[in-house]
Amino acid sequence: MIEIRGLVKQYPGAAHPAVDHLTLAVPEGCVCVLIGPSGCGKTTTMRMINRLVEPDAGSISVGGRDVLHVDPVSLRRSIGYVIQQVGLFPHWTIADNVATVPKLLGWDEGRIAARVDELLELVGMEPATFRSRFPRELSGGQKQRVGVARALAADPPVMLMDEPFAALDPISRGRLQDEFLRILRSLRKTIVFVTHDIDEALKLGDRIAILRDGALVQYAAPEAILARPADAFVESFVGTDRALKRLGLIQVEAALEATGPVAPSLSIAAHANLRDALARMLEGGVDSLAVTGANGALLGVLTMSGLRRHTRTRDAADDQ
Amino acid sequence: MLFIEAWQFIVAHPGRFADALTTHVALSAAALGLAIAMAVPVGVLLADNRRATLLAITAANVGRTLPSLAVLALVMPLLGTGFAPALFALTLLALPPILINTCTALRQVDADLVDAARGMGMTRAQVMREVELPVAMPVIFAGIRTASVQVVSGAVLAAYIGGGGLGDFITAGIAMMALPQLLVGAIPATLLAIGADRLFGLLQKVLTPVGMRAT
Amino acid sequence: MKWLRNNWDQVLVALGEHIVISFTALAIAFALSLVIGILAARSERVFRWAIAVTGFLYTIPTLAFLALLIPVVGLGKTNAIICMVAFSLMIMIRNVAIGIREVPSDVVDAARGMGMRGIEILATIELPLAMPVIVAGLRIATVTVISVAVVAAYINAGGLGTLIFSGISNDFAPKIWVGALTSCALAVAADLSLAQVERWLRHRAD
Repeated sequence: MIEIRGLVKQYPGAAHPAVDHLTLAVPEGCVCVLIGPSGCGKTTTMRMINRLVEPDAGSISVGGRDVLHVDPVSLRRSIGYVIQQVGLFPHWTIADNVATVPKLLGWDEGRIAARVDELLELVGMEPATFRSRFPRELSGGQKQRVGVARALAADPPVMLMDEPFAALDPISRGRLQDEFLRILRSLRKTIVFVTHDIDEALKLGDRIAILRDGALVQYAAPEAILARPADAFVESFVGTDRALKRLGLIQVEAALEATGPVAPSLSIAAHANLRDALARMLEGGVDSLAVTGANGALLGVLTMSGLRRHTRTRDAADDQ
Repeated sequence: MLFIEAWQFIVAHPGRFADALTTHVALSAAALGLAIAMAVPVGVLLADNRRATLLAITAANVGRTLPSLAVLALVMPLLGTGFAPALFALTLLALPPILINTCTALRQVDADLVDAARGMGMTRAQVMREVELPVAMPVIFAGIRTASVQVVSGAVLAAYIGGGGLGDFITAGIAMMALPQLLVGAIPATLLAIGADRLFGLLQKVLTPVGMRAT
Repeated sequence: MKWLRNNWDQVLVALGEHIVISFTALAIAFALSLVIGILAARSERVFRWAIAVTGFLYTIPTLAFLALLIPVVGLGKTNAIICMVAFSLMIMIRNVAIGIREVPSDVVDAARGMGMRGIEILATIELPLAMPVIVAGLRIATVTVISVAVVAAYINAGGLGTLIFSGISNDFAPKIWVGALTSCALAVAADLSLAQVERWLRHRAD
């Protein structure tokens, strides 16, 4: 869906290029996370896709179209754009804010109104209540929900998101990440997501691109990055607890075993992850947990040794 | 009592008073209108050029310090006396506060708003028209309000260069030591100035976008 | 300018008068605004009331104000100085009050904690730290006062305005030029010097 080839951006007077011959492909429907330390070029790269920054060399194509040779303004109207501080227009109502791009595209009023309501519902904000409110009446989390709704208004196939949840408190951030994941999966958007938070990247990304000094260091699925970091930099970037982070990506039901004669006293939900399961075992001082399904039914058992065996099997499978 | 004598003077010379009042209002309104029509577009056009904006603000700041009567007087050897030269001078006096406020207000618009607007696909003109100007409007209007008081005040001095207006009564009053005439000029001029301040203060409130008003 | 060369002494006298009455008015306004400003800094009500009254005075057109004072104090320098002080008060009181209020509360708190008394804190901490803002107000007041003084020549207060008015009534352009340009130069010079003082004070405060 998005093909970046040999992309270069050099600011005059800078020691090294902000983006240094970057080549990257984002398949359709994929959430691609750009991550790296400050100054690695992740935001610059993202902003070159909708040409808020003009590249010095290289090519970018979106949906097969070369974006560097089309009108930037109409390009931007076909790409969703969400930034950290949201940038809701304070002098417009929530409804007017969400309707920005449809209005630019000349949709008729009825269609716009319907779409605004549809999107507010989608992001979890009751249209009747919020339609006529103003941005200053909203909390940080609510503002960003509107920001996402605004970006989705004209139903663009591609969305660019620049640290959209970084300005929120941890609880709102977690909640929005979960909801956002749900929404965007159901809509099958192709997303380029910039963040500096490795946990957010592991949680949300289908593919993670680790950048450093403008160059691509590793581009792979979260599991692969944790299991086989490309070099010492990536290793330290993902953190020394990457084994635990890996456990966080695996669901309990993947390591399920049959129940023995006696069911363990503590339990864990089947859709929880192995890291939470390990934490519960350590807290309770036990070696096994009962695994329960959606309705509380006993599906099986998770043991400490079973957990270890499972991760070892995964390692072996990956190596092949 | 002086006030009663002043009132009697107006009653005795209704035509003269009406003339002076109309001229005064006309001069003020025209000067303000011209200044707005020039300063705001210039502020908008310079918005993208940081150096030009700073230059404009510096020049306007110098203009602001010049004594009003000096500006009015300097026009006389160049353009003569009368309504038009007075209008010219008053417009010059009204330009600096409006230009300074327009430039400053546009510079202070939250950069994130402009980024979001551009990123969504607004053209440069659309960003200015739909986002920057409305958000900057309260501060721009504060500048217009300041300028309006300055212009009404300056129009009193226009009497010195033959511009007419309420200043004529004041100068005549002083020359002849006729105190009632003094008041016929001074009090209405004061009321006009206060009125202009109130009017533009009200307009400023009304024109502040609803979403941005102080709760 | 031939006229200027022959009459520079006249110009200097006018300039001198102009500076003297301006300075006198500013000194009085400064003293008054310090007192009222300090009170206004401590009390929201005093602040609002002071700003309302002086703000109202500031709106009155210069010549109208001078004229309105004639029945009360007649013509001459006193009239002019009263008008100048009245105009300066709004901006100066406001800046003194705001300048003091903007002094970081933790600094004042630390001083109090160390055992300094109110007057000492005011004199050695609050006022010095508020100086840049106060001088900013003084700058605006100075320019205002110089402008009023030009007009005040008409009510026999002297100053550079006398040259302008003489030039206008005799239709003698050189006098107008000299009077007007000198007063502009004076205003700009005063503004720039005070701007430097303000900048220097801000530097020191950092």
